[in-house]
Amino acid sequence: MKLNANILRFLAAFLLATTGLLGAKEKPAGGPAMDAAAPVILIQNATILTVSHGAIEKGDILIKDGKIAALGGSLKAPAGAVVIDATGQFVMPGIIDCHSHIAVDGSVNEGSVSVSSMVNIADVLNSDDISIFRDLAGGVTTANILHGSANSIGGQTIVIKLRWGQPAAKLPFEGALPGIKFALGENPKRSNFRASGAPERYPTTRMGVEETIRSAFTEARDYKKSWDDYNKRAAAGERNIILPRRNLKLDPLVEVLEGKRYVHAHCYREDEILMLLRVAREFGFHVQTFQHVLEGYKVADEIAAAGSGASTFSDWWAYKAEAYEAIPYNAALMTRRGVLVSVNSDDAAEATHLNQEAAKSIRYGGLTRDEALKLVTLNPAIQLGIEKRVGTIDVGKDADLAIYNHDPLSAYAVVEKTLIDGRVYFDRDREQAGRAALETEKKDLLEKARKKQDEEKKEGAKTPEEKKSVEKKPDDNKPEEKKPEGKSKPPQDDAGQGGAL
Amino acid sequence: MKRRHLNFLGTILILALFNARPSTAQTAGTADFAITHAKIFTLAGPPVEDGTVVIRAGKIAAVGAGVPIPEGAQVIDAKGLQVYPGLFDSVTQMGLSEIGAVSATVDTTETGSFNPDVTAATAILPSSAHIPVTRASGITEVIAAPASGGFDSRGPANLVGGRASAIHLAGWTAEEMLINKHAAMVVDWPGIETRSFDFSALSTREKSFTDVKKEYDKQINELADYVEQARHYAQALENPGGAGFERDLKLEAMAPVIRGEMPLLVFADQARQIRDAVEFCDKQKLKIILAGATEAWKEKGLLRSKGVPVILRPTLGEPPEEDDAYDRLLTQPEELRAAGIKIAFGSFDNSFARRLGQNAANAVAHGLPYEEGLKAVTLYPAQMFGLDAQLGTVETGKTANLIVTSGDPLDVTTDVRYLFIKGQLISTDNKQKSLYEKYLNRPKAAQ
Repeated sequence: MKLNANILRFLAAFLLATTGLLGAKEKPAGGPAMDAAAPVILIQNATILTVSHGAIEKGDILIKDGKIAALGGSLKAPAGAVVIDATGQFVMPGIIDCHSHIAVDGSVNEGSVSVSSMVNIADVLNSDDISIFRDLAGGVTTANILHGSANSIGGQTIVIKLRWGQPAAKLPFEGALPGIKFALGENPKRSNFRASGAPERYPTTRMGVEETIRSAFTEARDYKKSWDDYNKRAAAGERNIILPRRNLKLDPLVEVLEGKRYVHAHCYREDEILMLLRVAREFGFHVQTFQHVLEGYKVADEIAAAGSGASTFSDWWAYKAEAYEAIPYNAALMTRRGVLVSVNSDDAAEATHLNQEAAKSIRYGGLTRDEALKLVTLNPAIQLGIEKRVGTIDVGKDADLAIYNHDPLSAYAVVEKTLIDGRVYFDRDREQAGRAALETEKKDLLEKARKKQDEEKKEGAKTPEEKKSVEKKPDDNKPEEKKPEGKSKPPQDDAGQGGAL
Repeated sequence: MKRRHLNFLGTILILALFNARPSTAQTAGTADFAITHAKIFTLAGPPVEDGTVVIRAGKIAAVGAGVPIPEGAQVIDAKGLQVYPGLFDSVTQMGLSEIGAVSATVDTTETGSFNPDVTAATAILPSSAHIPVTRASGITEVIAAPASGGFDSRGPANLVGGRASAIHLAGWTAEEMLINKHAAMVVDWPGIETRSFDFSALSTREKSFTDVKKEYDKQINELADYVEQARHYAQALENPGGAGFERDLKLEAMAPVIRGEMPLLVFADQARQIRDAVEFCDKQKLKIILAGATEAWKEKGLLRSKGVPVILRPTLGEPPEEDDAYDRLLTQPEELRAAGIKIAFGSFDNSFARRLGQNAANAVAHGLPYEEGLKAVTLYPAQMFGLDAQLGTVETGKTANLIVTSGDPLDVTTDVRYLFIKGQLISTDNKQKSLYEKYLNRPKAAQ
């Protein structure tokens, strides 16, 4: 069968992740070495979309030590500086994707329980995921890597920079507050995902989702109190007191109560958005972002009053019941009502053109160019608490930049270069120039593998088990024979276990 | 009749004051229109500056600079605006699927392997919310194709999925919407998949290549047998009174395919599928339109030599292989065009149909000449489905499906100001716009 194109994309990522097919990937040829000192770079003669203070025509950006050192016209290149001639090109802050599932090794959902706060996406970062490179080639420099939405309270989350070619330990955004994924509505109540005959899991209603969260925070509050009591008594010098038992499920929820961990809540309908705001008030925690929040436009005032952010899709709708009243005006309408809004991808392929998705809010709802740009730069930076470092082009900020050959608020802009920390992590020319060499290398490897297989066949001394294992090696057949095909994939990226949609 | 002159501002004012929009479906009657002072992209020649399009009785009556405005025509002053043929989405499930995950609202794919007799037009819901939403992006006609997607398509794959219908995106009934009820016969070419998702177990399953290849060959043989049966049946049909003739509605539906009157719309993405499908149709002397075609670039020579037209999936997708170039899907359209292959774009979807122009624009950004990008969502699909005498360009005599826009209809920030289908001015209002206006006017919430 064939499936919705967009959902398919998603699935590709899911299947690759869940089936452990991640083979050796090509690293960008001559990718930047992180240990070496960042080069001094001067980007010259570009249209600079600063986002914070308008556009600078024929402007220059000087980059030193990974930071933006100077900004303006006619800057002089210091001795030894790498000069990037960006005549006719556009520079904008690197795109920040507030909802991503790239760079995850395995499933994004621990879908067996309704509260899975003990698991952490940070533990399964996969720096070899090709989606990192593809999104980087779409101008994305920072992404909020979330657990899936199978559970009312999902796993812990982490913000990364897309430093392709670096090991997983070098991906996390230094100092960014970690988060936790919540999910409301159809996914945690398993409306669309339960296999026939499989047992039901509580909750199966939006009422139950609320109680699942309330119950978890009731526990967490008591747990916190036991620690607060202990610490107080210990601080008072009391002896022979018993240490409370550590609870790995409740620790992250205590961090939420203490404001040390952000809540990123997947949601669709107006009722569930207000539900979470009530529960949050009841326990005194803050909902940092509502994710997807496709009916956010209906309760924008309430979201704004709570000071929560909203991170939504540009124009997705009707793929499920709770997305049937989604409107492409959502981002603009919420913005006009005073909500801090970002536009996210939730999908590796969607992330390659978030600039275009942001531009749609100019048409749908009449945002200004700067407001549209903010949807994928400054606003997600604020939502992730990293706006002092990234999100605009200002002196002192990280040199995380995307350089386009055309106005990025259109469907005709192609990324020429992407910089992170003042290093060129993606260069279109270099990438294209390197393709022939990669093709040759691939051919050689396939040839080698075939030869080896032929030799093994000649030996002919194999057990059936060995033969079988040889069959599974990716290099033994033509690539197209081994490829998973869209048609057989599940309906949503992590349909089997929760759905991130 | 008195000449009515509605300039754009005037229209806005009237709409705002009296809320007198044309109905969300369509206006009645066949008024004559003259769109004046527009830049007209006819796609049948160079753009016309400051031109006029005259619409009469549902057709384009005249196009050009200095064309006289007929007495009684409603004039739309399109100064600063541009006219294009309405966009044509080559593969959708329009009207067949309302809410993807709610199977009760989805009628895209019949069960069983051979369903040549089922017809998309039968189940197209004229009041589907998708139709006005889609046309607000300038899409005026689509192919609604069965067995081309949707969440309910989880059973064993169809081999022959049924008849795709070409429809206008306006009409109170399917009859009013129809362009061609039987535009093409859908074939879902079997795939070779060693890894598949098992919905009953909600997990992935691995099979050996040998087993999968065996299953693949079996399905191809079944398809060949079926075409053979259909060929015999088509022959028998020439003598329907002959002894022993028994009517078979499924085989009867295949007869136009056998006679070469109806193309097969073959969904195939992998290079092997494409190769096998094209060779199969060549051998069987069947007309083929290839749909999907993710790896068509690997079979350029074959596609070119057999003259196979190709409908491409959205360019804004993920390349199928990890070691494919990151921009593989974006550069493919120009690579195919340069090789002499006729291409069109399809959304292969419902709710994402409005990204049709965006997908074409992204191919243009990666080398496809702009006019070719436009034609790939207008003229070329019309040609592929044999509808170019009626649709696809702004030319005298053609059906008046056209759009008046604020700019390039492929780009993401362009507004569609006026939209004509069958010569009628059709509203671009839709469910989403109504919801927007409703909540834009929500009184400030008390805190």
